[in-house]
Amino acid sequence: MARNLEGVPFPHLLDAGRAEQVAQRVKAAIDHINAAGKFGGLEFYFLEELSALDRQVLAEKRLISPQHAELAPGRAAAIRRDEGVSIMVNEEDHIRLQCLFPGLAIGGAWRLASEIDDWLEQRLPYAYCPRRGYLTACPTNVGTGLRVSVMMHLPALVMSGEARKLFSAITKVGLVVRGLYGEGTEAAGNIFQISNQVSLGVSEEEIIEKIRGVATQIVEQERSARQGLLRQARAKIEDRICRAYGVLSQARIISSEEAIRLWSDVKMGIDLGVLNGADSRPVNEVLVISGPGYIQRLAGRRLDATERDIRRALLIRERMRVYKSP
Amino acid sequence: MLCQRCGQRTATVHLTKFINGQKSEMHLCEQCARETGELDFVIEPAFSLNQLLAGLLSQEPAPPTSEPGGEVRASERGLSRCPLCGLTYREFARTGRLGCSRCYSHFEDRLDPLLQRIHGHRRHVGKGPRRISNAAEVYAQIERLKAEMDQAIRVEAFERAAELRDKIKELESKLE
Ligand SMILES: [Zn+2]
Ligand SMILES: [Zn+2]
Repeated sequence: MARNLEGVPFPHLLDAGRAEQVAQRVKAAIDHINAAGKFGGLEFYFLEELSALDRQVLAEKRLISPQHAELAPGRAAAIRRDEGVSIMVNEEDHIRLQCLFPGLAIGGAWRLASEIDDWLEQRLPYAYCPRRGYLTACPTNVGTGLRVSVMMHLPALVMSGEARKLFSAITKVGLVVRGLYGEGTEAAGNIFQISNQVSLGVSEEEIIEKIRGVATQIVEQERSARQGLLRQARAKIEDRICRAYGVLSQARIISSEEAIRLWSDVKMGIDLGVLNGADSRPVNEVLVISGPGYIQRLAGRRLDATERDIRRALLIRERMRVYKSP
Repeated sequence: MLCQRCGQRTATVHLTKFINGQKSEMHLCEQCARETGELDFVIEPAFSLNQLLAGLLSQEPAPPTSEPGGEVRASERGLSRCPLCGLTYREFARTGRLGCSRCYSHFEDRLDPLLQRIHGHRRHVGKGPRRISNAAEVYAQIERLKAEMDQAIRVEAFERAAELRDKIKELESKLE
């Protein structure tokens, strides 16, 4: 959710002093929320007080954007302890509020975001006009200022080649598909983020309903694609899953790209019941472990690429112990 | 690298496709990519500058340059500055970022058509700040009265127009 303060230029035009003032005003509003005991406590950080590594980890966890992790005056973030809520201050807009929920709980995420927004609004006069809604630095966000996204793991649709057709259809109904990891058209880990493109002239509820409807259909298609693959090529699929499991549970050196790619196969293996022993929580940690910042912060120092790959392999092997292959 | 399809223009679109688990790479020029439908969907990296906006801004007509004997107004050349932040429309067209909330009204002649093309709409629907939701009613009422006043002036009913003007003033003072 994007919000800006009335009468203050957007962050890219602010000098250091005014950017700092914006951060202080937002901090005061958040102190007020915390004093009221709402939302489980939002920890406020001035990013320049964090180390480069800590900022990188925040970006790898998607609590702040990669751009926001680079130092600039007045940049700040407020983060709930469980990391389900984060507020970026002085990113592209003065305020970017993000609520992250597991599953397809879009309604819950929106209600929480809207409630936090109501609290912020008590202390911060927003740039808003009835005709164009919430005013944002980029005209693509104006109106509701709302971007609703679902993250989906779609290995079977990618393998069967149906993903392309599907994404092409999705973009025609005003939604955007992005790969969560990787650049360009290649989506490492087969994780895709599906979001609304339009923010002006449609209500929050309409945006949510559209995303929910499309996401539900995609889930069904992915499920049936998986069953189709199992029916037609069970040995091949099992082989692929077990090979990925073998590498992740045995490798001594692994790059972040390889780890994310193999994660996709193992995750599918757990969902399909080919691998068992635990749910997918331990293997999902592979996605966090894969980030270069995370590994280095855990080590407490800068590591070169090979050192990182060695430590990453070790951490992943530990996570893989709970699983059994047939 | 030259485009694989026409072999003439430089390839600027690089695609990696997975079909039935097979990876294949394609390098096309933008025109061929469009013609073959390969650009129907492009998975953008998560935080890139919105491609749609960049595309629309690059298609905007070039601002008129002043001709001998005739002055072109600064606003038409995209050089008029927003009174609050000092941004020009030309600067916005280059970066895709507006400077402040006032820019929306200052550049509305050019922005509104752009908003229409991006969103398919020009008017906000949905949540608003509580202080404004009450105010929105008042704004709407003011709009209605202004239209009525214009009509009164047109038919030279000046007494009625003056009444309406006072009412509008009263409502406007409520908003401050
Ligand atoms: Zn070509
Ligand atoms: Zn401005």
